[in-house]
Amino acid sequence: MSVQSEGAPAHRPTFAALSARDKLAKSAPFLLLPVLALVGLALIGTWPTWLTLTVSGLAMGMMIFVMASGLTLVFGLMDVINFGHGAFISVGAFVGISVLAGLGDWTGAASLALNIGAVLAAVIAAMAVTGALGWGFERVLVRPVYGAHLRQILVTVGGLIVIEQMIHVVWGPDEIFLTRPEMLKGVTLFAGAAIETYRLLAVVVGLVLFVAMRLVLRRTKIGLIVRAGVQNGEMVEALGYQLRLVFVGTFVAGSTLAGLGGVMWGLYQEVITAGMGEEMMILVFVVVIIGGLGSVEGAFIGALLVGLLQNYVAFLAPKLALVSNIGLMTAILMWRPEGMLPVVRAK
Amino acid sequence: MIRLFSGEGPRSTILALILIVIGLALAFAPFLFPGVRALETAARICIFVVLAASYDLLLGYTGIVSFAHTMFFGLGAYGVALASTHMGRGFTALGVGTLAGLAAAVALALVIGLFSLRVRAIFFAMITLAVASAVTVLASQLSAVTGGEDGLVYQIPRALGPAMRLDLEIAGVTITGKILNYYLVFAISLALFLLMLRIVNSPFGRVLQAIRENDFRAEAIGYRVVRYRVTATCLSAGFAALAGSLWAIWLRYVGPGTTLSFEIMLDILLMVVIGGMGTIWGAALGATLMVLAQSYLQNLMALAAGATEALPILSRLLDPDRWLLWLGVLFILSVYFFPTGIVGRLRARAAR
Repeated sequence: MSVQSEGAPAHRPTFAALSARDKLAKSAPFLLLPVLALVGLALIGTWPTWLTLTVSGLAMGMMIFVMASGLTLVFGLMDVINFGHGAFISVGAFVGISVLAGLGDWTGAASLALNIGAVLAAVIAAMAVTGALGWGFERVLVRPVYGAHLRQILVTVGGLIVIEQMIHVVWGPDEIFLTRPEMLKGVTLFAGAAIETYRLLAVVVGLVLFVAMRLVLRRTKIGLIVRAGVQNGEMVEALGYQLRLVFVGTFVAGSTLAGLGGVMWGLYQEVITAGMGEEMMILVFVVVIIGGLGSVEGAFIGALLVGLLQNYVAFLAPKLALVSNIGLMTAILMWRPEGMLPVVRAK
Repeated sequence: MIRLFSGEGPRSTILALILIVIGLALAFAPFLFPGVRALETAARICIFVVLAASYDLLLGYTGIVSFAHTMFFGLGAYGVALASTHMGRGFTALGVGTLAGLAAAVALALVIGLFSLRVRAIFFAMITLAVASAVTVLASQLSAVTGGEDGLVYQIPRALGPAMRLDLEIAGVTITGKILNYYLVFAISLALFLLMLRIVNSPFGRVLQAIRENDFRAEAIGYRVVRYRVTATCLSAGFAALAGSLWAIWLRYVGPGTTLSFEIMLDILLMVVIGGMGTIWGAALGATLMVLAQSYLQNLMALAAGATEALPILSRLLDPDRWLLWLGVLFILSVYFFPTGIVGRLRARAAR
């Protein structure tokens, strides 16, 4: 406002202040998390139990977010819904765990540096493989069916099946059990509660990823193009950007994140199966739907809600844990039919 | 005759011949192909024709992808199973179970449809996947009610069981309750099939096709798109539930693996896609081919795997357990290269 060009009206535009109600409606999704945590505390009653459950809920939520973020962006950018995303989760887990098994000396040693090194190597290998797989998947399967939802769903489901079966062919039909690296086993005492060390690590990794993703999306040029592409792709293309290239990049990035999520989830569960990706996809879809298709922030909040709720309910009423996610989805869709923070409108 | 088929003929001589052969083979299956296994296959074909056709109502005619079709199928099956378990054997139990399963399926479809379809059709695929998997898990966890993974074994009326023998021999085959049961399945399947053919060729069916082609335009002309989509969902769920009830009456056993599993969902998808999306005839053809392939091709795969045992990767690829791998490949290829399926191809040939 300091430089006034000639001819510009000499007044500052004023924005009407939002009413308290509008403000609340805008921030309501963000408030849901603390509200859920507090309700959980009230129902559970004891502090250490609540803290343990909350941390494991957050850890689970973070891992789901890592898997879901790519999917929601890919949808926002190109209106492509990839049912094969779950296959990347499984492949990532199998590649990562194989690398970990190969580095038995490093994981068995009681040295934090070697353990972290082994996990890093596993993660990098998994992300490289799933990234390459994602690139091929986009090229071979998704590209010919742009713009046709029906065929997209069918073809990507077919891709999911084929990749899942190929895992059986390569790694055999049985589930693989594993043990975490030495220093990631056991519990850490924190504020009077015993918390599994690995869960703390998962929470930290998830948070770092979320912050990094936000920074990339908000502060870099490529992030600007991606966000603009989500809102109005045609306009971005009209400005001369090759949205297709951006899209392929996002697709590959999303696949690598799914691979990372697969490794994290495998280490969390300490068992991997070829069907794990398919099972996780259910949670990922719930998260993407309640977050609002195309919204990274929505997916983040949704994932944490799902994680927390699942852990609280599993403690309070184990029988209901299975349907708690469906209940959450129903409630959120009744409140906001397009999800909590919808980005893509009317396409 | 044409009126019975609701005005939609096969429109291709080859297709008409194939369909007539399938129809005749099914109608006289107990006499043409004696043996338990052949009869099982024939009954399976009848039921899956109805199931695939009901799915085509949704996928092919309305253009909605659902992953919950096995859930509705399972609701019908579990309805009969639970009623037969708790009410004792008898036709009343079968009737009550069928109606209860039907009502539950239609009600659930209505709720899911209203939740997802009023926002955007793509939600439907994701939400049905989530709900269906929750129901599958629920069915295997609530073992007190559903028998868990083991499922339920129950008795059906004596008149439909293999133990009942009539003093009647036709073409050298003694008529047993099992054969009566087969004709019950066959007759109801045929009736349901013709009913669906009637529905898709009615004005209502035309509106569904219009919505599939261009929902925006259909809305602009004045049709309530959401209402039609939800109605189609409910209809399709209802027919699936009836197919499930038949399945339960035929098998005398219901479990998650035979009714709810994702593999069956894939089978249905493949039947509809291979036969031809958007024609009820295609569903009949696809279902017949798939069931035959499943019953007989898997043996062939086992043979091939045995023959290639020396080659490490190939024998693993040909293992009968990898059946799904080849289904997946076939599925992708047919979506790409035969989007209109066998029926579409044959009709295009006849039209030339």
